[in-house]
Amino acid sequence: MAGMTPAPKENGTGYSSLVAPLLLPTWAMIGIFLVLPVLLMAVYSFLTKEFRGGVIWDFTLAAYDQFFLNRGLFGDEPPTLEWTYITIFWRSIWQAAVATLICLIVGFPTAWFIATRPPKARAVWLFLVTIPYWVNLLIRTVSLKFLIRENGPLNESLMSIGLITDPLPLVNTNLAVQLGLFYSYLPFMVLPIYAAVERYNFALSEAAADLYASRWVTLREIVLPVVKPGIVAGCILVFVPSLGAFLAPDLLGGAKTFMIGSLIDEQFRGSQGNWPFGAAAAMILMTLVLIVLMIYARAQAKGEAR
Amino acid sequence: MSTAIDIRSVVKRYGTATALHGVSLSISDNEFFTLLGPSGCGKTTLLRCIAGFEDVTEGEIRLFGQDIAALEPNHRPVNTVFQQYALFPHMTVLENVAFGLKMKGMGLSDRNARAGRMLEMVHLSAFADRLPAQLSGGQQQRVALARALAPEPKVLLLDEPLSALDLKLRQAMRVELKTLQEQTGITFIFVTHDQEEALTMSDRIAVMSQGRVQQIGTARDIYEAPVNRFVADFIGETNLLEVVVDRVEGDSARVILPGGHAITCAAAGNGPGKHHISIRPERLSLAATGDLTATVERIVYLGTDLQLLTRLTTGEEFHVRLQNSARTELPAPGSTVALHLEEGAARLLAD
Repeated sequence: MAGMTPAPKENGTGYSSLVAPLLLPTWAMIGIFLVLPVLLMAVYSFLTKEFRGGVIWDFTLAAYDQFFLNRGLFGDEPPTLEWTYITIFWRSIWQAAVATLICLIVGFPTAWFIATRPPKARAVWLFLVTIPYWVNLLIRTVSLKFLIRENGPLNESLMSIGLITDPLPLVNTNLAVQLGLFYSYLPFMVLPIYAAVERYNFALSEAAADLYASRWVTLREIVLPVVKPGIVAGCILVFVPSLGAFLAPDLLGGAKTFMIGSLIDEQFRGSQGNWPFGAAAAMILMTLVLIVLMIYARAQAKGEAR
Repeated sequence: MSTAIDIRSVVKRYGTATALHGVSLSISDNEFFTLLGPSGCGKTTLLRCIAGFEDVTEGEIRLFGQDIAALEPNHRPVNTVFQQYALFPHMTVLENVAFGLKMKGMGLSDRNARAGRMLEMVHLSAFADRLPAQLSGGQQQRVALARALAPEPKVLLLDEPLSALDLKLRQAMRVELKTLQEQTGITFIFVTHDQEEALTMSDRIAVMSQGRVQQIGTARDIYEAPVNRFVADFIGETNLLEVVVDRVEGDSARVILPGGHAITCAAAGNGPGKHHISIRPERLSLAATGDLTATVERIVYLGTDLQLLTRLTTGEEFHVRLQNSARTELPAPGSTVALHLEEGAARLLAD
């Protein structure tokens, strides 16, 4: 409904002279901690690598060339599409998507449960959800590895109750990485959905039931569309960091589960690194994320303009 | 007329608290029936039991003879207009109204046509494509009404649907609701705490208090012949006086008024002793000699009426309402007047 709300009056209150100086700290923060690092990364992605790390200030497209094109072992063959990194990207997207889905399947009922408790109990439950996050992510990921390794507590107890005879090879699998991502980012799914469900007017569910909708249909037609903003926020908050994660894939995965985060991480370590290539990979990852977000924002705007 | 809803000794408990103490009432088909009472009297709980949002602890509710205890709300052929409307915020007005029809399996074009007709009935055709948030309170209220009426329920439940509207709109909606009920022939069960709403719209009213039905009757019955102090006091303005019942003979009782004058009124099923009577302020007139004697303390000008705030010689406050006419000769404040009770003005109350 464009044009329904009148445009706010511009500076009608006479505070205009104060607005600029008061906004300065905000702009400074955004400039120093957001724009500057991204620009730095963009510039680095076009520089030439130095062999012991670092860069030489020579403009080149070599990093992007290396990412997308295969010119043979000695660089003299006609270029073909290089699949190595695209495969890693695709795998990362897949892993992040699966992790997001698991977070959603577990997170929605959790958020629903918490939001439907009495107010005092809600605070306790939310606190419990966030408690693991008081521990460093590295430590938590290592602990998870310890839990699921071949002679770890999970396999031992499953074998002792006779459910399995041989330990499940969990470490170094996709499943382990997804489990790690799920464990790392679940609260980012729970909290925004909780906020949306808490505001949900349960009279709407009664109204739907009154109008002959079953519980399932009520969930699909009324509850999910109304709390959708919370679900979408949760999915973005889980998907984006999962895509660039490197701790969980590094510690829980193996060579077959190599993800973008680890690829970038590797480029900035020790003398084997390649800073321009790492920066280029990071730029490509960021572009990808931005495209996904823009498609979503466009779809959302269309839905509202209906 | 057949019975639409038969409520038999319904008890509703929440833990140790009891919201309904054995409520029984039966509502006829095509009736505009109102549950009236102060907040917390159990009227909304009873409505929610009929809709199926609450289970009854004891007793049963029959809908056209069928016990509906086992039916989930989505299987009961009743629809509700919610107090805060509960319109689906992500659907247009038309989609809201068509929702019940969609759930009943009606095809898209049929249900949109029907929903369109419902919107016409509540004068909102021009707003079919709007979202609920873009409507005023009164318009949302009418959408809620159209949505609940669209599936042609056997019984429509209305939970204080007018309480969120301003006075002018409320008065207009009363007329509209009554007309709709007569047009559609659907049984309306209307919950309100507003006695004026109840008196103006209802065929019959059940006055409720503390989880019990106090009295069931037409507006006139309840106003003119309240059975107990709660009903007399809750409906309209009244004077409650403690009196002594001298003797009871069949249908009539001899009552000694404060000041010693004796009158005869209809018996209320209680024996001789101290009881209460209710006297409506407008059923009194000034006279040379009367049944009660009082001192005028203040006179309040109300436009169509004049209200005399008086005190009986025995000390009780007593209100008198006189029609404002040229003939009315007003006593001066401080003067003593004799009050004459109209025939049948004094109602002996059961408790």
